[in-house]
Amino acid sequence: MRITRPKDLLTGALFVAFGLGAMALSLGVHLGTAARMGPGYFPFALGSLLSLLGGVLVVRGLRPAPARGGWPAVNPKPLLIVLSSVLLFSKLLIPLGLLLSTALLVVVSSLASQEFRWRETLINAAALVAVVVAVFVYGLEFPIPLGPSFRLLSP
Amino acid sequence: MELLANLALGFETAVSPMNLLYCLTGALIGTLIGVLPGIGPVQTIAILLPTTFALPPVSALIMLAGIYYGAQYGGSTTSILVNVPGEASSVVTCLDGHQMARQGRGGTALTIAALGSFVAGCFATVVLALLAVPLAELAFRFGPAEYVSLMLFGLVGSVVLASGSLIKAVGMIVLGLLLGMIGTDVTSGAHRFTFGIPELADGLGFVSLAMGLFGICDIISSLETRETRDILKTRISGFWLSRKEIRDSAPAVLRGTLVGSLLGILPGGGAILSSFTAYMVEKKCSREPETFGKGNIRGVAGPESANNAAAQTSFVPLLTLGIPPNVVLAMMAGAMMIHGIQPGPRVITSNPSLFWGVIASMWVGNLMLVLLNLPLIGVWVRLLSIPYRLLYPAILVFCCIGLYSVNNNTFDIALTALCGLFGYVLHKLDCEPAPLILGFVLGPMMEENLRRGMLLSRGDPSIFFTRPLSLLFLALAAGLLIAMALPGIRKRRSRAFEE
Repeated sequence: MRITRPKDLLTGALFVAFGLGAMALSLGVHLGTAARMGPGYFPFALGSLLSLLGGVLVVRGLRPAPARGGWPAVNPKPLLIVLSSVLLFSKLLIPLGLLLSTALLVVVSSLASQEFRWRETLINAAALVAVVVAVFVYGLEFPIPLGPSFRLLSP
Repeated sequence: MELLANLALGFETAVSPMNLLYCLTGALIGTLIGVLPGIGPVQTIAILLPTTFALPPVSALIMLAGIYYGAQYGGSTTSILVNVPGEASSVVTCLDGHQMARQGRGGTALTIAALGSFVAGCFATVVLALLAVPLAELAFRFGPAEYVSLMLFGLVGSVVLASGSLIKAVGMIVLGLLLGMIGTDVTSGAHRFTFGIPELADGLGFVSLAMGLFGICDIISSLETRETRDILKTRISGFWLSRKEIRDSAPAVLRGTLVGSLLGILPGGGAILSSFTAYMVEKKCSREPETFGKGNIRGVAGPESANNAAAQTSFVPLLTLGIPPNVVLAMMAGAMMIHGIQPGPRVITSNPSLFWGVIASMWVGNLMLVLLNLPLIGVWVRLLSIPYRLLYPAILVFCCIGLYSVNNNTFDIALTALCGLFGYVLHKLDCEPAPLILGFVLGPMMEENLRRGMLLSRGDPSIFFTRPLSLLFLALAAGLLIAMALPGIRKRRSRAFEE
């Protein structure tokens, strides 16, 4: 049994996982009948449909037909850098305030580019911080703390 | 006539100074992102959704609508000058438009694109105004069964455009429907799929999902591939059209407008499908099909008119029936719901100034765009030279800050990162996110109507088949599914995507 279509297999596995998960979680909530559907009815039905589709895809992925498509090529660097820059922002927005977090977001996310250069990244960061302050704080009056909240220093 | 009174109300709303400003802002931003490859109306609407919270609903919708049809104007600029489609709906414009630019007729191409779009936009606005009231009245006769079937038809239609496997696309729809179930069930109050996280009690945030799937995921994939662009350095002169050119392109504009107006309304339609179809129509209708791809002005006029017409008529199903026919309109539906307006036939009667104001604003926006676009071409061209490495951090900044403002909650930002990862996985597996978002938006409505239908029929599922309209929609949906599964059409579909 060879994996001839890896993408189909992986998608199928994803679908089956989500589908079975949905079914399992729905059983914990009241299912009800067709006439009076409980909160779990529709999700359970959807989950079973999804699992079925996933099953078909898994079978398709293992069919002994000519192999079609390779394994998906993953470049972890941009993925990890962009995601961590966003997560970093979410964690540091309140402690560090808007100005610093924005600058940090720009700098960290710029690292993901193959053409990264320190000077222009810092200029970009400064420019964007200025734009952000102008648009969000003065223009749209968002209630976001600008500076650090000193929670790091208090006991 | 009542229509004139309604339009008067609409124009009154649309030309208020504030709304004019927002219309202009939306149109300009739309053109800007249309010009820039790598960012499109869906992402932009996702990013700008939080900024519309402070605005009254009419202004928000006017601005967001402006972004959509503005992007159709802008996309043609990049296609013609750089041979890179600014928008998916401008892909076909590259074929003849860029050739025209190489022959020194770039100015002509840009002009005909703008003028064709304007004519189409005006026509489509009229269509929208005419269809609105009758369709809404029809929708009042809809019972829950009809809604479920119509939504099903809409969801199946969204698969038409999804390249790749049909099963994966259907799976995406189901997954989207499931994600829409996260949160508190309205009828019973039970918490579903919340894993005890209080922030999820209101459901998975639409903005988080949209930004993660379309914004962040897009940035990550763009960073993986390197793009090079060569901008045509020739001077663009000669913006005026000769009489012959007007005569040549006029029928193409008309055909494109009709194609676009029709296809925009249908589920799964929209600007992309319309521009492709219009190009094929022009090629078939032409007496010299071999000249297509070498700078035939009809190859620019038709698709550009079509995509603009479609961008506007696609509002018809949303504003009258409450069902978004494509992804962009699903974002608008999300925006409406966030502003507390339930999309549906009641919008016309309960919120007439909103309804007619949006329609009138489209005409105003089109006028602004055609007047501003040609003089601003130089600006757009210069903007094209902003390197992506400086642009995407800006997009991320806007995303993150906007997200925070939704609930004053950093959880949403972290959630978006997770959705971004999810979107990346889907992208790598060749799964389209568009059906997922549509399913997500329609999920709760569908469940509610399904429940109500079954309750009314006391558990008898035949209600969906015995009521005539419901049966019609189901048959259409089934027909679409079967048609797409047939080998002949499957081949044509994959060939269209390859082109």
